[in-house]
Parts: sequence; structure tokens; C-alpha cells
Amino acid sequence: MTGSVRDPLLQVRDLTHHYGRHLGCRDVSFDLHPGEILGIVGESGSGKTTLLKCVSGQLQPTDGSVSYRTRDLGPVDVYGMSEARRRLLMRTDWGIVYQNARDGLRMKVSAGANVGERLMAIGDRHYGHIRSEAVDWLERVEMDMGRIDDMPGTFSGGMQQRLQIARNLVTKPRLVFMDEPTSGLDVSVQARLLDLIRGLVGSLGIACIVVTHDLGVVRLLSHRLMVMKGGQVVEHGLTDQVLDDPQHPYTQLLVSSILPV
Amino acid sequence: MTTVIPHPNASVATSAAPAGLAGYNFAYLDEQTKRMIRRALLKAVAIPGYQVPFGSREMPLPYGWGTGGIQVTAAVIGPDDVLKVIDQGADDTTNAVSIRRFFAKTAGVATTDRTVDATVIQTRHRIPEVPLTENQILVYQVPIPEPLRQLEPREAETRKMHALEEYGVMHVSLYEDIAKFGRITRSYNYPVRVNGRYVMAPSPIPKFDNPKMDRMPALQLFGAGREKRIYAVPPYTDVKSLDFEDHPFEIETWEEDCSLCGAQDSYLDEVIVDDKGTKMYVCSDSDYCRERREAGHQGDGGPK
Repeated sequence: MTGSVRDPLLQVRDLTHHYGRHLGCRDVSFDLHPGEILGIVGESGSGKTTLLKCVSGQLQPTDGSVSYRTRDLGPVDVYGMSEARRRLLMRTDWGIVYQNARDGLRMKVSAGANVGERLMAIGDRHYGHIRSEAVDWLERVEMDMGRIDDMPGTFSGGMQQRLQIARNLVTKPRLVFMDEPTSGLDVSVQARLLDLIRGLVGSLGIACIVVTHDLGVVRLLSHRLMVMKGGQVVEHGLTDQVLDDPQHPYTQLLVSSILPV
Repeated sequence: MTTVIPHPNASVATSAAPAGLAGYNFAYLDEQTKRMIRRALLKAVAIPGYQVPFGSREMPLPYGWGTGGIQVTAAVIGPDDVLKVIDQGADDTTNAVSIRRFFAKTAGVATTDRTVDATVIQTRHRIPEVPLTENQILVYQVPIPEPLRQLEPREAETRKMHALEEYGVMHVSLYEDIAKFGRITRSYNYPVRVNGRYVMAPSPIPKFDNPKMDRMPALQLFGAGREKRIYAVPPYTDVKSLDFEDHPFEIETWEEDCSLCGAQDSYLDEVIVDDKGTKMYVCSDSDYCRERREAGHQGDGGPK
């Protein structure tokens, strides 16, 4: 491994993206260290998802740089490397959990095949091994073994999200991007999923970037928090600090708009 | 193979049909079109298993009947060639008869049923049982050239997957088979890897024929008319069927022998002979079966 644990895993500098004349996000810079969880909150249209796409190699930014510390070569510019290498990185060292499980899962193949796909993509050609890995990971995301050969379409929303997580973690990534992982789930399922994510991420030491509009999610999961508005980061700091003592008027509004139960 | 690729400056009329159909160019297609197809073929041979786009023409037969194969045959056939056309292994099925007659009319070439006499063999769904030689060309009719099509509907994405050798998803489909049925059940159009690089659809031949493609002395050309793709396997090229280490590739076997010729090593068709479901098994390769019977081999004659 190149670099020490104290070097950042991901460095984002002055990231700007325009959709034509329309602004996606502007001048975003941050570092992410191994094992660290960064939350990004903001209202709809504030540029959260644009930022996540740019950082995760899915959308080339108009300006700025994204540098990732790879296992073999040290820090590499994500958009400077060849597409083949970027795609390999995305399906081995990275994971992406989508808001809509349909975007992240292969709906026409069974749960086991979904988990095994990444292994086969990096050259595993032993059915028994792929199968046992799939069983192992489905257990770790607390899924019923009897459903390993069922189609993801027959699963509930919470199970689909857990399957997505298992599918991403099977190659032991160091960095996972999550786009609204819990929205659309009811609160009890949400709580269980968050608990699961927190446990897995903590025990495996995975770094995470979680995009959400739900302050409860970031309070539970993330160490640090970025608040976005109109494509720009308006506040940035430790999660508890930002939520307990918000400085920017928008953050104050956001924190005060949580409905008390 | 006596086809001469004309010099670019040569008059297009030089290879006009000596004995072909009046008013038509030799082998139906005009020389410019043939030249375009030959360019695609050369590229296809240079990159084994890679699908080369080409300007497929409208042919006087419907899509799905061999419009791709017939264009490839028209581009490579010469006046001295001997053509054999098979459909599901048989020389006497509608598709085979009409394509054979088409070239007999438009190119005036000799046709044959005998595999060993043919220099160009156009086929649908089978490879002849008799091993082919360096002097022969095998032309396949291909309905769906893209092996990843069932798994990835986007053409731009499948091309990228080929370019970057991202073939893991192909094994996902084989995994599904084993998870559901305990073995790989795909029995035709079984995906192969050509020359250690491109994953290729071998056209809907039974997987029984896949091992014959490996290091075959004959040139293998594949034409997909509707999909406008040509690909090729040059002579003596490695063609490996995809599989898992613990579930290796296997071909079909039969408990029965051919009822007519007694062959134990050929691909057998099941034929229902009455309304009660009585059946017999016969060679799908009609020429192979006849040759064996002429050489004195005999089967049990089927159900009495």
C-alpha cells in the first residue's frame, strides 16, 4: 500500500460542474480519510447528487480535480486515468449504493448472482467459491438464505437495499458512495438498515460518502458533514458541531425544520 | 478458393457472370457492394471474434432466412467454387434449397450435397460432422451477433464492454443456470472466447459443435444481415467455450444411435413418427448419414 493511513484516500479540489448554462455545483473541495464517513446534506436541487456523481467517476466535472489514492500507484487523478482502469476501480475498490435499488441491481438475475457478479468480473471462475461468498455476504447483511436464488424484484425495498450493499462490499472496497440509501423506506426498516450500514462500515473500516436530505441519517452515520445550497458548500465541520451549533442561516433553517416527534 | 479480389482500378464489369442470370451481376450483388463486404471480412479476419459493422443490403429473401450469410457467400464465391448449403444440418430443407438455387442461378456455380466436395459451405444452425479442411470456407447465418445482448440491452454499452474486455456478466448468466438447474443448461449459441480475447456468439449451433470451431483448419465467416455485422474466425484459431472450473463445458450425448446409419458420434435429431409419440433418432447432418449408409453402415431402422 502506498502512503500512510494518515494520507487522505480521496482529495477533491475546486470541483465545478455546469449543465450547459445551468450550475450543478461550484468550487467544492474536501479530503476524505480512510474509514471516515462524510455526510452531504441539502435541499433538493442543491447539487448533492451532481457532486456525488462527479466524485464517483460517473460524470466528468467541468472543472476541478478528483484524486484517489489507489492501492498500487498512490494518488491518481480519477478523470486522468484510462476508462478501463476507472471502471475497474469502480467495481473493485469502490462501491456505489443507489437510491433506487433498480439502478444498482441486475433485476433479471437472482440475488446470489447479483452478489457474485463483481467476483466474476474480476476473474473468479469457480462456481463453488462464488456461491459460498454470496452466502456469506447475504448472511452479513442479515438476509434469509432461502432467498438466494430469488429475483430481486420479489424482494421488499429494505431487502433490495441490503442486497445492493452486499453486492458492493463483496470485493472489499475501501470507499463506498451512497445516494439517499434509506429514502423511500419506512422508519423501522430505515433504522435497521442504518444500524447495519454503521456496523459493516465500522468493522471493515470503509470510507463513505453519504448523500441525503435526512438529518437523522447523517447524525447516526457520519463523522463530518457538508451542507450544500445552490450548488455551493455553505457549511462544513464535524457532524455534531454543525447540527448542534449551526452557523449559516440555511443550516439553522434546516436544523430547525426537523419535525419533533 | 479461387475468388480474386479485383484491383481497385479494374473495371467493375470484369467479373460479370459468365453463366449467371441475364441482367444480374455475378452472384447477384454489384462489385462495389462485394468490395465493401470483403473489406469488412478482411478486418474481421484480422481481429478474430470482433464484430465489424457493414452496409448490409436488402436481399431477395426475408430477414432471419440468411440475408447475412448470403451476402458473405456472394462476396467470397468465385466461378470455380462448389457450394453446399445446409439448414439444421440438412441439404433438403426449404432455406437450404432456395439459397443453393439462388447461387446456382445468379452465379452459375456448381452445387453439391457432399461436404468433402464443397469449397464454400453456407450453414444455419450446424457444423458438418466431417472435419473441414484448409480449402474450405464455412459461412454462418447469424440472427443475433451480440453475445451480451440478453444481458445488456444498450449497444453503446456492449461495445464498451467488448473494448474493455468486461465479460464478467457472461459468467453471471452461466451462474444463473447452475443455481437454478444444477448445471449449465444453455444448449445452443453457447458463448465462446476467440483467440483469448473477444467473446463471440457462435450463432445458434448446438454446443455439440462448439469444439469443432476450436483450431478448425477452415476459415469461418459469420454474417448477420439484419444486425449489419460481420465477424470471423481465421483458420487454426483458439475457440474456447466459457465455463466454470468446477462446472466444465460439456457437449450433449445420446443414449441412442442413429436409426438409419447407426452413428454414435453425430448430433441426433428426435423425430416423432406417429400420433402416439413413438420416436426415432436420426443424424441431423443428412450428408454424413447418407455417406455412412452408402459405406454399408446400418442402424436399427427405428421403431417397428
